[in-house]
Amino acid sequence: MVDPDASPRTLVIIPAWNEGAVIGETLAELGSQHLAIDTLVVDDGSRDDTADIAQNSGVSVLRLPFNLGVGGALRAGFEYAHRNDYDQVLQLDADGQHDPRDIPRILEALGEADIAIGARFAGVGSYSAGASRRLMMGILARVISGLAHTRLTDVTSGFRAGNRRAIEQYRIHFPTEYLGDTVDSLVMAVRSGLTVTQVPVQMRQRQAGKPSTSPVKSVIYLGRSLLALLIALTRPTTPPKD
Amino acid sequence: MRTTILFLFLALIVVAIIVALLRSRRISEKYAILWLGVGVIAIVLAAFPALLGYVARLVGVQVASNLLFALALILLLGVCIHLSLEVTRLEDRVRRLAEESALLRHALENPPGDETSGASEE
Repeated sequence: MVDPDASPRTLVIIPAWNEGAVIGETLAELGSQHLAIDTLVVDDGSRDDTADIAQNSGVSVLRLPFNLGVGGALRAGFEYAHRNDYDQVLQLDADGQHDPRDIPRILEALGEADIAIGARFAGVGSYSAGASRRLMMGILARVISGLAHTRLTDVTSGFRAGNRRAIEQYRIHFPTEYLGDTVDSLVMAVRSGLTVTQVPVQMRQRQAGKPSTSPVKSVIYLGRSLLALLIALTRPTTPPKD
Repeated sequence: MRTTILFLFLALIVVAIIVALLRSRRISEKYAILWLGVGVIAIVLAAFPALLGYVARLVGVQVASNLLFALALILLLGVCIHLSLEVTRLEDRVRRLAEESALLRHALENPPGDETSGASEE
């Protein structure tokens, strides 16, 4: 470990809902990186043994009494980070699609921005998505890139890090609604004056569970993303305190 | 005359039900007041049907019953929006309580200074 006075304290937040099948492996892989980080699993009201597995792995566990959704789980994590005075947070998926070897590069990018996104399509790695979903991701990326005055290619990525300014903004304004954890939160952060950068990463296949791909669901996804974006664009903001 | 008695009777029943709910504290005052107001208006209109026609002429509505329907729709719309607002507020409070309970449980199970818990991977 580096001198604790010099290095920032980092909390990795892993929201998990019924991820008992994969959470152990994800935590083991994260641990094998020997990073100077603390890990917090937010058990989002799982019905399986997710929380127990995480607890037995020696990481901190927040047990939400019932399911709040990814946004709610993350929000609880940010509140924990705030109360325990962490300098930076990193969100990681429980299902293993985010490679923990990318963590140091993403955290390093916080030197130049308040929020750093581990992004697919940024030159590294392959990721396949349905046509309509890809179209939507493209639209979202363009709009938010314009807002953030920087080129962002993957704004729906949940693999992100944030500094103290981001934690402060998140814990007050982090949305809990559909897509709120990715698109809405980013739009609000950018509009509140936070800076964003991205780091190219490779996403892996989900270890459990398949994303839904039926045409009807794609259309619903499209509509809801647009609605989320429009609402986020017009909502009043409050600038972050320094 | 018969319909007057019928509707007066119905309006009285509605008001009686609301008062009963209010007395047994199954409905809070802030919601009950609105319904009591609606009940009283219904009683007045049922007792004096000519009143509706008078008001309709006053505001320029040709068919008196349409005025009643329009007002009822607007009122119900308002109630629905109000309830949605309340539900959203309650959801938000429940979410915060859930967060708080999770954070408190964590603090309780991992008292400060306990080195074996909540530590990072070394």
